[in-house]
Amino acid sequence: MKSPSDRTSSRKSLPETDVCPELASLGFFKSQRLLALRHRGLLNPEEIDEYIALGGYAALPKALFDMTPEEIVDEVKTSGLRGRGGAGFPTGIKWELARNAESKSGSKYVVCNADEGDPGAFMDRSLLEADPHAVLEGMVIGARAMGASEGFVYVRDEYPHAVRMITRAIEQAEDYGLLGSDILGSDFDFRVSVVRGGGAFVCGEETALMASIEGREGRPRPRPPYPSQSGLWGCPTNINNVETWANIPCIVERGGEWYSGIGTKESKGTKIFSLVGKVVNTGLIEVPMGMTLREIVFDIGGGVPRGRKFKAVQSGGPSGGCIPESLIDLPVDYEELAKAGAIMGSGGLIVMDEDTCMVDLARYFVSFLEEESCGKCVPCREGIKRMREILTDIVEARGKEGDIERLEELAYAIKEASLCGLGKTAPNPVLTTIRYFRDEYESHVLHKRCPAKVCKAMIVYRVVPERCTGCQRCVQVCPVNAISGPRSQPHNVDLDKCIKCGACYEICKFDAIAGDAIYIE
Amino acid sequence: MPRLTRDGLDALRAELRESTRLGAPGRRVRLTVHLGTCGLASGAGKVLDAARAALEERAVDDVVVATSGCAGLCCREPMATVELAGEPPVKYADLDEKRIVEIIDEHVLGGRIVPAFVLGTGEERRA
Repeated sequence: MKSPSDRTSSRKSLPETDVCPELASLGFFKSQRLLALRHRGLLNPEEIDEYIALGGYAALPKALFDMTPEEIVDEVKTSGLRGRGGAGFPTGIKWELARNAESKSGSKYVVCNADEGDPGAFMDRSLLEADPHAVLEGMVIGARAMGASEGFVYVRDEYPHAVRMITRAIEQAEDYGLLGSDILGSDFDFRVSVVRGGGAFVCGEETALMASIEGREGRPRPRPPYPSQSGLWGCPTNINNVETWANIPCIVERGGEWYSGIGTKESKGTKIFSLVGKVVNTGLIEVPMGMTLREIVFDIGGGVPRGRKFKAVQSGGPSGGCIPESLIDLPVDYEELAKAGAIMGSGGLIVMDEDTCMVDLARYFVSFLEEESCGKCVPCREGIKRMREILTDIVEARGKEGDIERLEELAYAIKEASLCGLGKTAPNPVLTTIRYFRDEYESHVLHKRCPAKVCKAMIVYRVVPERCTGCQRCVQVCPVNAISGPRSQPHNVDLDKCIKCGACYEICKFDAIAGDAIYIE
Repeated sequence: MPRLTRDGLDALRAELRESTRLGAPGRRVRLTVHLGTCGLASGAGKVLDAARAALEERAVDDVVVATSGCAGLCCREPMATVELAGEPPVKYADLDEKRIVEIIDEHVLGGRIVPAFVLGTGEERRA
């Protein structure tokens, strides 16, 4: 960087001191540790040459020529890497199962699961867009370890940029002989194709995903048999998430021992999260396992904007759970999140502030899952629907005593009896919000009050005359002309006309209009 | 392109490291526009077009314009990184078509960082 005196005087408005901070000293970047995102910002994903120049495809020859397939599996086992798609199954063990499985036809398959469907999550998409060759290299190494000759990247079609990047990467890798027959002059053959999914949430579930690749309706089936025994077209199949694959080249290159030095006792390495919601710095972060939620939300995320109070974090998307402020010092790894009733999931973190109604939040996630349930099994199809109905009643001020208990009972039944992960985890948002915010549910059900002032049926907007300055800003923003009053005099809200859109509340900087929860008869 | 062998890959890597090194002929500056979906959604495509047009207009031939994926801090997109040979990279945030042209004139061509749009300088921490 040039010293300030080197700058010309043409930029008069600029301070004379050197104001440019170092990137690595900024809160957002300081405590991140980039492994799967190791090439972030450095690499043109459309050019395989850049990946190679940065040291990419260095793990591949090592895996092909210097290691036996068993040694690759052992290295991944040593690393302690666990599935980054959510469930956290040890990757090395999964690979070993697929490696040792007998295939009648001789074929085995590997799949990259990029069917990312959680609202507000974009880890898989960003990784595929930014570093498609890292994912491919991981897949070739995995295929070699398991003896697979064909692979698929299952990515939703609503990620057009990611689809373009991975498709181009495959073509370039084929041109270089890094995919196809006799890779790098070895006797190993492996081909990859892209399968574009229609965007059904359930297709992220591995058995539904395989059905979709086979061209059938994307619906799950009971396990066992697990994909490692009988997967695509009845052959042993190994499915890993995008992020899991992207970690593999590092592990092979630098060793499982090195990788296992990062993270916590049971959860090794780093995890990518998409940090969104009521947080100053929204974005994609990668941190070592075991970092506390406080560090993630406040140090990296910069805290809650506009001086609002932090309330909770939803981890793991609609199948995850909500973690309250009292657990903010929770170290984030698979075990700790599960203890709190949430899941790691694929890495979505949604931050919520005091203006979020937890009952309404649960209703949102449950409606999402109701829509995405494939309908094959009754507990999920009917159970989620009933949960949504009860939750809708509660937020619309029709809650009855016993509703909370009914929700809990339903939740346990759905968890127990559903066929696949979608149903088994669907009650998590309901159960965790009840567990940590039962008082909010009770307030809705018993007193018909929404403490966060979100549920429209329970609030009315009134002007507080002593505080109204008569600025008329609310009069101007009201879309239904429900507010009246001359300038400089307290205004009035016509409750018959008011549609409770909240526009006046937002604009009123003096807080004269208070969304005050009252009884609704 | 012939299919690579192990040795061929090593040779290619060595060759690429030399030819894509900043400071190599025609590579005085690398201007990277971060073009993930988050960037595209906030206008990085226009920033990239504006950068290319500005460089063409000024008949500059020693600047490599590249794209890259999401730079992480999605809320500050569009972002771009300017790296002059021998200097630490500088990451700019909250860009638009006008700002990128200003950065090209001041920093890429003039060598003077534009602090008003700088997010930070130097590298991120990698494992």
